[in-house]
Amino acid sequence: MTTEIKEVKDIPKTATEDSFIQGMKDCIPTLLGYISIGFAFGVVGIASNLSILEIFLLSALVYAGSAQFIFAGLYVAGAPMSVIIITTFIVNLRHFLMSLTVAPYFTRYSTLRNVGFGSLMTDETFGVAVTKAGKEKQLGGRWMDGLNLTAYLTWIASCVVGGLVGNWIPNPERWGLDYALVAMFIALLVLNLANASKNKLMHYIKLIGCVFGILYILSYFMPSHLAVLITTIIVATIGVITEK
Amino acid sequence: MTTTFMMFLLILGCAFVTWLPRVIPFILVRTIELPKVVLRWLQFIPVCILSALVFQSLFNTEGKFVTLHWESTIAFVPTLFIALWTKSLSKTVVAGVFTVAVLRNFF
Repeated sequence: MTTEIKEVKDIPKTATEDSFIQGMKDCIPTLLGYISIGFAFGVVGIASNLSILEIFLLSALVYAGSAQFIFAGLYVAGAPMSVIIITTFIVNLRHFLMSLTVAPYFTRYSTLRNVGFGSLMTDETFGVAVTKAGKEKQLGGRWMDGLNLTAYLTWIASCVVGGLVGNWIPNPERWGLDYALVAMFIALLVLNLANASKNKLMHYIKLIGCVFGILYILSYFMPSHLAVLITTIIVATIGVITEK
Repeated sequence: MTTTFMMFLLILGCAFVTWLPRVIPFILVRTIELPKVVLRWLQFIPVCILSALVFQSLFNTEGKFVTLHWESTIAFVPTLFIALWTKSLSKTVVAGVFTVAVLRNFF
């Protein structure tokens, strides 16, 4: 077992075996993000008058960081149910694109297993999965389950622990833990670019410039989550058109 | 450790609308074969969506003009550098958190 891990580390370009344990291991670098954001959500949840049970239900059933924060914010502000549900829907609509990107790698598995892969799709597991797919051109179901379940259970545990100790930690932001998520996106972006050939890399860098400009403009007209979604759709289309 | 029935329904509603967009593509690609152009389009999604999420965190949309959030933007530089240098997810996360903690405690 140990020699296998060593090989995986030393020769990252070759396809690794489809194993649950490897999926768990590949999840580890993202755990600090889940733990800190989940913990922060627990603290915020308690401050927003949510009970521990409600924090648990949200993290287990909704399982989406930004949506849960927005839920707590709207709930404490007394927003109507319809507004909370519609906002949650829009905030998480980007997962449609993520699932659509990852799903073609799993068509050989049963519908039920595909529902399982999809149900646990998050920004982070998406990032890890596409980085691996970019490197190895394939993904395994057991690996995906290992990645997903590790992330899922860590998230629930972190939210609940945050809720339990929330009353004693008034200011978790001071330690910069909320930035773990941004840092993770930066790293995943760099890892994805690192897989690209030189020609493609130039193309990608130009597209990232487009993302910056279009996102900036759209941010004036719509909530930021919608801006992210629409920017991605526009710039991916530009990418196809300008591809040589 | 309590909740109300209405709250439970609300959480279920939110769960349902977050679940649909995650799962539908997995069902969709099994029933219909995606056209080549869509597959080409999907190749661009990771870089576009990840960079959009990064930039979103740098923008401050609270004021009249959309500006850069100074703290996130300053922290972006060393974090990006560590990401490029180490190509490691965990080291980048630690570097980013550390930089922001320093900025918040000493400036």
